[in-house]
Amino acid sequence: MMMMMTMVMVMVSEGSIIEQTCKETPDFNLCVSLLNSDPRGSSADTSGLALILIDKIKGLTTKTLNEINGLYKKRPELKRALDECSRRYKTILYADVPEAIEAISKGVPKFGEDGVIDAGVEASVCEGGFKGKSPLTSLTKSMQKISNVTRAIVRMLL
Amino acid sequence: MASNEALLPVTSRQDPLSESRSDQIPETRRRRPIKVHLAIYSGLLLIALYVALIVTHDGSTAQHGAKDETSTESRARLAGVSEKSNDRVSKLSDDRKVEAFAWNNTMLSWQRTAFHFQPEKNWMNDPNGPLFYKGWYHFFYQYNPNAAVWGDIVWGHAVSKDLIHWLYLPIAMVPDQWYDANGVWTGSATFLDDGSIVMLYTGSTDKFVQVQNLAYPEDPSDPLLLKWAKFSGNPVLVPPPGIGAKDFRDPTTAWKTSSGKWRITIGSKINRTGISLIYDTTDFKTYEKHDTLLHQVPNTGMWECVDFYPVSKTQVNGLDTSVNGPDIKHVIKASMDDTRIDHYAIGTYYDSNGTWVPDNPSIDVGISTALRYDYGKFYASKTFYDQNKGRRILWGWIGESDSEAADVQKGWSSVQGIPRTVVLDTRTRKNLVQWPVEEIKSLRLSSNKFDMTIGPGTVVPVDVGSATQLDIEAEFEIKTEDLKLFFDDDSVEADKKFSCETSGGSTARGALGPFGFSVLADESLSEQTPVYFYVTKGKHSKLKTVFCTDTSRSTMANDVVKPIYGSFVPVLKGEKLTMRILVDHSIVEGFAQGGRTCITSRVYPTKAIYGATKLFLFNNAIDATVTASFKVWQMNSAFIHPYSPDDLSVPSRT
Repeated sequence: MMMMMTMVMVMVSEGSIIEQTCKETPDFNLCVSLLNSDPRGSSADTSGLALILIDKIKGLTTKTLNEINGLYKKRPELKRALDECSRRYKTILYADVPEAIEAISKGVPKFGEDGVIDAGVEASVCEGGFKGKSPLTSLTKSMQKISNVTRAIVRMLL
Repeated sequence: MASNEALLPVTSRQDPLSESRSDQIPETRRRRPIKVHLAIYSGLLLIALYVALIVTHDGSTAQHGAKDETSTESRARLAGVSEKSNDRVSKLSDDRKVEAFAWNNTMLSWQRTAFHFQPEKNWMNDPNGPLFYKGWYHFFYQYNPNAAVWGDIVWGHAVSKDLIHWLYLPIAMVPDQWYDANGVWTGSATFLDDGSIVMLYTGSTDKFVQVQNLAYPEDPSDPLLLKWAKFSGNPVLVPPPGIGAKDFRDPTTAWKTSSGKWRITIGSKINRTGISLIYDTTDFKTYEKHDTLLHQVPNTGMWECVDFYPVSKTQVNGLDTSVNGPDIKHVIKASMDDTRIDHYAIGTYYDSNGTWVPDNPSIDVGISTALRYDYGKFYASKTFYDQNKGRRILWGWIGESDSEAADVQKGWSSVQGIPRTVVLDTRTRKNLVQWPVEEIKSLRLSSNKFDMTIGPGTVVPVDVGSATQLDIEAEFEIKTEDLKLFFDDDSVEADKKFSCETSGGSTARGALGPFGFSVLADESLSEQTPVYFYVTKGKHSKLKTVFCTDTSRSTMANDVVKPIYGSFVPVLKGEKLTMRILVDHSIVEGFAQGGRTCITSRVYPTKAIYGATKLFLFNNAIDATVTASFKVWQMNSAFIHPYSPDDLSVPSRT
């Protein structure tokens, strides 16, 4: 009986670590759906949750870079803006993400915060390069949103 | 690197326009796909359509956007996302209407400084183990040999005869042991009684635990201290019970206790209370931890890079870290992980039980209103006692305020501030005073002297030729017809309502300010960085003076952070208003009232570069006429370069 009650309590509290954490972020629903979609989510501590989201940032970056590459042929008139986006998103992939992973794993989260914030900045700058006619809006908006949520979680480590 | 200060357009706290416009575009395109195809073939017509669309979006969607902004903002506040970071966000709203911006190599290569320490390339952060030994000043630093962002950290190394002309040396320490496999992090040097050096530093172990390690010069007879040996018994300290494995770093220089033992302190946290642990040792290999703390302050978060040192109440020289006595106060400084601000407080140290009490608990270490070495971009600072000239010298890490993409493109990130002497302000006794080391004067080339009287609302070009490497020393006097002027010498800012940030920057005009210089400006002032005083009437008709740097119009670029920095500065009876400004490409350092208030800023103009950079004097006051008496020096480069045998032939001063 005691074991059953303990198990139930543990299950309830495990499920709500993600929820408790996500309540402290600017986008609860996005946060919960991203973390629940990863098998590591249910047993991760705050650092672990942050690392899961950084993984999502990485995945979104790769997806966006692929989209950018495809657009060169479809929308050749956008070359200049696409070049800038390519540069910006490569920064996310090769600089921001590795910096954030290393920093959070090693317990100096402020450098992780820097990398995560920068991912949002680079996405904004890329978007702005199209002067209002962006073919990447939903992807850049996603990046900004995920960056905000991730930043909120990283700040809990400070 | 876009740090904590970076743009936050994303939560639409700042710019409803950008958010709403992005919302609109997908719908518009869904409705009119055929028209888009036609538009591609209509060249000029297309451009006109785009312009019209942008204009109508701005107007019609402002309402919608504003609503979104409010609801998102309040949810963010309720959710407890730190609002401290809001203070450092720059608004994108104006920049959205500017042409989309891309850095080119001409603009980026201009940003490199001429006389501030920075490695040849890649990322740098905290100053480490500064010391003077056998005729050379040594400087070590957190360095990433592989990238222009933080990571893979090693100890970089450089030496100088004068704290200005640096020579790059090979890397001093790399992560080659299990106890520092994940990073050779920040540490400090101590001189033992026999003059030998021990270095304590934090290692991140192969299991990501933060530990303290001992290292020492492999060959003490080598004045360049090229090689370092690590103690075979490392680590000498591991996180104690109750302290997190990743909350234990940055050991200080040790000081002698009255019982003859050495004592160090290490910053940490317990929940949200910032603390400083204290240990005694005789050999730097085994330690006794005190049960009590040197100090703690609730709600300040993790204390990084703690520094602890004595200052004289009566004399303006530096003191060895072990000095103690009746005419001595002690300073505790810590770097707040949470806010990226370095705070210090002055207080009394009790050697018998290793505790410290602040003179003014309301501005205790880490409290948001506590004093700072610098009210701009300045972190992880560390002092050392310079036994060569009897000074205490302060180093500070100055990170970038730009995007990481720009850092990657230009291939480097971060500089160090010009080393400053630090002493207690013997007049106010409530704050420290900092000043660039005297040796920087050796960089001064030609100079121009000016005496100008400028009326309200004037901007005057100051013709000095090239304006990217300057040393400016200025004195200001306000002339008004009526009042007797009493300046407020209280170093605690009583009036919270008035600050550099909330005063509206350099364009907001008051009766007695703002006035000062606009540096890194272009001819048309489309880009400019004002460094200025703003004088207001405080309580009991005392005048309050704030000293500010306004970077909000420093560049047309839209991917950099552009804060307005500054703080109140005490001005004592009979003192004129004085400021000094060092301009060195993308860094501006301002010092008010002989260094009572200091502001370091990073600035990234796109037009005000190379020959186009200008200097202006301005007076935006409504009532007051200002006389400015100042001198402007051209500054030479420090020609920082890798050391070669030729450099060794420079005669030593010792």
